[in-house]
Amino acid sequence: MDFKSSDTITGPSQEEALPHTATAAVKIVIVGGFGVGKTTMVGSVSEIRPLTTEETMTQAGIGVDDNYGSESKTATTVAMDFGRISLSEELVLYLFGTPGQERFWFLWNGLFEGALGAVVLIDTRRLEVSFDVIGRLEERGVPFVVAVNDFPDAPHHSMDTLRRALDLDEVVPMVKCDARQRASSRDTLLTLMRYLHSLTVARV
Amino acid sequence: MSPPEGENPSHRDDPPQRERRTPENPERLYILTGEDTERAPLDLVTLIVAHGEAPPTAEPEHADVLRLCGAPLSVAEISAYLALPFSVVTILLTKMLGADLVQARAPIVRSTLPDRSLLEAVMHGLQKL
Repeated sequence: MDFKSSDTITGPSQEEALPHTATAAVKIVIVGGFGVGKTTMVGSVSEIRPLTTEETMTQAGIGVDDNYGSESKTATTVAMDFGRISLSEELVLYLFGTPGQERFWFLWNGLFEGALGAVVLIDTRRLEVSFDVIGRLEERGVPFVVAVNDFPDAPHHSMDTLRRALDLDEVVPMVKCDARQRASSRDTLLTLMRYLHSLTVARV
Repeated sequence: MSPPEGENPSHRDDPPQRERRTPENPERLYILTGEDTERAPLDLVTLIVAHGEAPPTAEPEHADVLRLCGAPLSVAEISAYLALPFSVVTILLTKMLGADLVQARAPIVRSTLPDRSLLEAVMHGLQKL
């Protein structure tokens, strides 16, 4: 990768620039298996064309994956699509979609730690791809809601059946959503915010 | 592969069942940092604002950041526009913060007891979408 010279770097357009009054940002992470619609959801509510940031990580060659000796290291680039919503003149919300292997997302320092919460997007055709990430969110204490992305050819299961299959705690909200629709994606985010709000009320 | 549409959903196979995770060995993954540089506590969504125009002596990367950050811009966006990994951008920005070329506006992160007024502000903003 060559260093991009100044002439080729395109920044945000005039319309995409945040106001100078923007003082603070918050973030929500959208997780789920490959092809489940995370980037679609980011794009459907974002005010900017979704962008991609990346991080490079090295994996020490130890453990069960490694047959070739303990010193080998492999570099892995983890990319993350994200979008933005200006909530007010001061407050900005960023939405991060997480493609690729879930075990890497949690090593991206500060991605989940600082996030308000997460949306787990699931596809009922491949429910099992979400199992690992749900477990990791539970372990880290990141509050999340589960959104069932409605694909036309997906098998139909009742929300109760899905809740049991996912072994979700009773309090975790589940919603249906169409990640292509702005209103539906927005409502999913609102479900997460109401849930977070209810958690603060419960603790008082 | 996929079952026929719209018929007897109750007769279809049950969905797969999740087993609770058993904690495993911590994974040995590291962020590539290059040299061991001290870094400012920058989040993906820390907003960066330029203090002014790039001085003629500015390094090209610094000049790029200053041009991008005429209006507030998150570290994630800077990383995307410069096509550089997040950790590389944080090293760059740490230097620029040290030289007082840019200002950082820290994000609001989830604390153990989330701020209800913040959550309400987010909900209010989303409802306008």
